[in-house]
Amino acid sequence: MTLTKRIIPCLDVKGGRVVKGLHFKSIKDAGDPVELAKKYSDEGADELVFLDITASEEQRETIKTLVRKVASVINIPFTVGGGVNSLEDARNILLNGADKVGINTGAIKNPKLLTELMEIFGRQCVVVAIDAKRNYDLKENVNVFSDNGKKFWFEVFIYGGKKETGIDAINWAKKAQKLGAGEILLTSIDKDGTKDGYDIILTREVVKSTSIPVIASGGCGKPDDMVEIFEESGVDAALAASIFHYHENGVEDVKKHLREQQIPVRL
Amino acid sequence: MVKVAIFDYGAGNIFSLKNSLERAGATVDVINTFDKPNHYSGLLLPGVGNFDPAIKSIHEHSKTQFQEYVGSETPVLGICLGMEMFFDKSEEGHEKGLSVIDGEVIELPHTMKIPHMGWNNLEIKKSGKILQGVTDGSWVYFVHSFRAKPASNDVITAESDYGIKVPAVVEKDNFFGTQFHPEKSGKVGNLMIENFLQECKK
Repeated sequence: MTLTKRIIPCLDVKGGRVVKGLHFKSIKDAGDPVELAKKYSDEGADELVFLDITASEEQRETIKTLVRKVASVINIPFTVGGGVNSLEDARNILLNGADKVGINTGAIKNPKLLTELMEIFGRQCVVVAIDAKRNYDLKENVNVFSDNGKKFWFEVFIYGGKKETGIDAINWAKKAQKLGAGEILLTSIDKDGTKDGYDIILTREVVKSTSIPVIASGGCGKPDDMVEIFEESGVDAALAASIFHYHENGVEDVKKHLREQQIPVRL
Repeated sequence: MVKVAIFDYGAGNIFSLKNSLERAGATVDVINTFDKPNHYSGLLLPGVGNFDPAIKSIHEHSKTQFQEYVGSETPVLGICLGMEMFFDKSEEGHEKGLSVIDGEVIELPHTMKIPHMGWNNLEIKKSGKILQGVTDGSWVYFVHSFRAKPASNDVITAESDYGIKVPAVVEKDNFFGTQFHPEKSGKVGNLMIENFLQECKK
């Protein structure tokens, strides 16, 4: 036996509550972060991701307290992201009980931050979060793919999916690994909240182009979506929010289903 | 009540470890020097940071050597990097290790994804104090890029398969090491923390 595939519930937190959106917009309330974290940890989640989607300066202290509270009720690995722009931000998160820090906009604006973090905390603490969206307007030096006869490339977006960067997601993933990232949290903006399944092309290409663990995110609506992404892309972990928050499926039920489909999971 | 100390190299999350020890009933102090008297029943070297900065943080803040501090009485649990520090040297850095177990620390083979990150299962080789009540095949959480290569396999009580056999638990005298993170390994991890605290109570 070797590593199992990891199943990771995600808590998008805004104003102290877990929320869930569609295509990164139109959010609704999904519960208390501490309660949900404990429940998922007890149910056998392999890891937890906590994304502070407000991440404004005033809320830094609130988030610190919340990270501490969540960390004190779980006994599984815990990644915290959102608004990490400096070493100090990362240190704050790690010293308050997170095992890894997720960096998105902060890494695009200052790629060296990945290297600095890796040197101080070790590569395993550094998760580069990449939000990617299909762009059908082709340009030079991008990796072009096609789906249903239409050609496109994957563009990196920052500021919670609000701002395009012109950067190719596959190239950025490779560069982030070189700079010091130990893991990639890869979210498809096109698929986020659709419950339509993960973006297989995006995930497969990033897995193929890098040699660090990749977490697929965005689009999971049912356990079979996880089966599909594991089988089709070889990805290391699958992240989901809605299917767990709204009690559509418990973590353990999902993992039992995966086991039945020959996906190696921890039960 | 058992009182233990976590040595903080100043480079990462020790909150989770402190928390898991407290949940198991221990009183926990966080220390960063060995120059104060050792009135603890156990010491933990946590698994966060890099080899050289961690070793340096011990030497820079302490005149007292690690071995002098713990002697042959205080049980020490080294987790991940903390366990790697037990050996003579590591390919991660240039500093000398703590040399309480003979051997070295080398990189994982590049044929596999590095870091080895995730849940892998234990192959129990022989009974050990930390492994009391732990079932063969139990899943534990690993996240590391280096592995121990002890001079003698006798110190290895459990292994894990990651392309090669990775020493997962080592025990020698009062030194206990886990390459994985018991504080992150759910119920089975809690059990190992409890086992260590039992040793501290003796």
